[in-house]
Amino acid sequence: MLTVTAIAVVRFRRLFTVVMLFGIYSLLSAMIFVVLDAVDVAFTEAAVGAGISTVLMLATLVTTGRHEKPSRRHPLLPLVVVTMTGAGLIWGTFDMPGFGNPEDPVHHHVADRYVSESPKEIGIPNMVTSVLASYRGYDTMGEVIVVFTALMGVLSLIGIRPQKKQPPAPPENRTTSRPRPVLQVMAILLIPFIILFALYVQFHGDYGPGGGFQAGVIFAAAIILYTLNFGLDDAMFLTPPKVVLRLSALGVLIYAGTGVISMLRGGNYLDYNVLSQDPLLGQHLGILVIELGVGITVAAVMIAIFFAFAGRTIKHPV
Amino acid sequence: MIAFSLFNYWIVIILMMAGFYTVIASGNLVKKIVGLNIFQTSVFIMYISMGKVIGGTAPIVTVNTELYSNPLPHVLILTAIVVGVATTALGLSLIIRIKEAYHSVEEEEILAISQQEDESE
Repeated sequence: MLTVTAIAVVRFRRLFTVVMLFGIYSLLSAMIFVVLDAVDVAFTEAAVGAGISTVLMLATLVTTGRHEKPSRRHPLLPLVVVTMTGAGLIWGTFDMPGFGNPEDPVHHHVADRYVSESPKEIGIPNMVTSVLASYRGYDTMGEVIVVFTALMGVLSLIGIRPQKKQPPAPPENRTTSRPRPVLQVMAILLIPFIILFALYVQFHGDYGPGGGFQAGVIFAAAIILYTLNFGLDDAMFLTPPKVVLRLSALGVLIYAGTGVISMLRGGNYLDYNVLSQDPLLGQHLGILVIELGVGITVAAVMIAIFFAFAGRTIKHPV
Repeated sequence: MIAFSLFNYWIVIILMMAGFYTVIASGNLVKKIVGLNIFQTSVFIMYISMGKVIGGTAPIVTVNTELYSNPLPHVLILTAIVVGVATTALGLSLIIRIKEAYHSVEEEEILAISQQEDESE
């Protein structure tokens, strides 16, 4: 089914259909992740792929137009290249170990230690969180900085348009906030629960699936839902871009600052054992704090990127 | 049996090639980005497939469970997804700028326009 959707995405020329199908594709792959035991990953993929990136692509389509023009190039050459590469890769798979075998080399380098020792060393049940935030804390900090840098790139390319300059348009001209009572009431009912759920995911990430990345994305989705229903001006009043930008930097600062604090207390950078008298408590505290940093940065970056895109599309109505 | 155990990897390769084909054969920049995303997702599925252990459960400690799937690929892909959407946003914003500069998002038209500009200089 995933393959069928993917091939449909390749074939269609109407870009609106392509983007919608891509959302379905993301949701399907999230289901595959659940089947393959990766609940944290499925969570993220469903929120990011089916939610945020679809909205961003739609926002781009408003600017760029909906139809793909037929290409004059002949599709044969790419097809040959692709088939040959694929055949080569399939030939390569015959040397791979079978699927799901516990004796595979992937499961026996550092993974053994993560599985058997992390409940004792970190003291939280969700191994994904303990590897993410503690064993591989440096990596995750790098990822957060990459996300932050991407925001910088988007802002330097398109920027967030200041909204307050022009006087507010009379109600009948405001294309962005036509009264849509059903949608607006539903949004008002849903948004508090979405935010509550985001907070639950944020602080329950130690015990169940969840964590800063997912919570940040879900929180951003709540704000985006608000913007879609009530217009950009209202949303920017609710979460002013200045505050959002500061918050995105603050999240990175919290993460890096935690590392510095653990250094000041005599441990290594990002070594949470020294944060408290009891190493386990220290680990717990450290993970909670840096997950909060991750959540703040991710939410703020997603909201800011969405504002940047939405500001552009309103300026160029098609 | 060997064919069945490699089935996941073959699906991954088909998806990857579908994405690859979109990137090199399509002239529309938005569709190229979608192709890149499909390629990216195929890599995610490959990692997660490698992490699966048959008979294991999700890597959250519970009583009565001995066998867990490998948490390490999950961590890598979790962060990769979020970074992926950030880079997608960057690519899309580049497309918007290109549209403003050339009034087109078709690769061939853009090349034609920039060639004209070179000749007129």
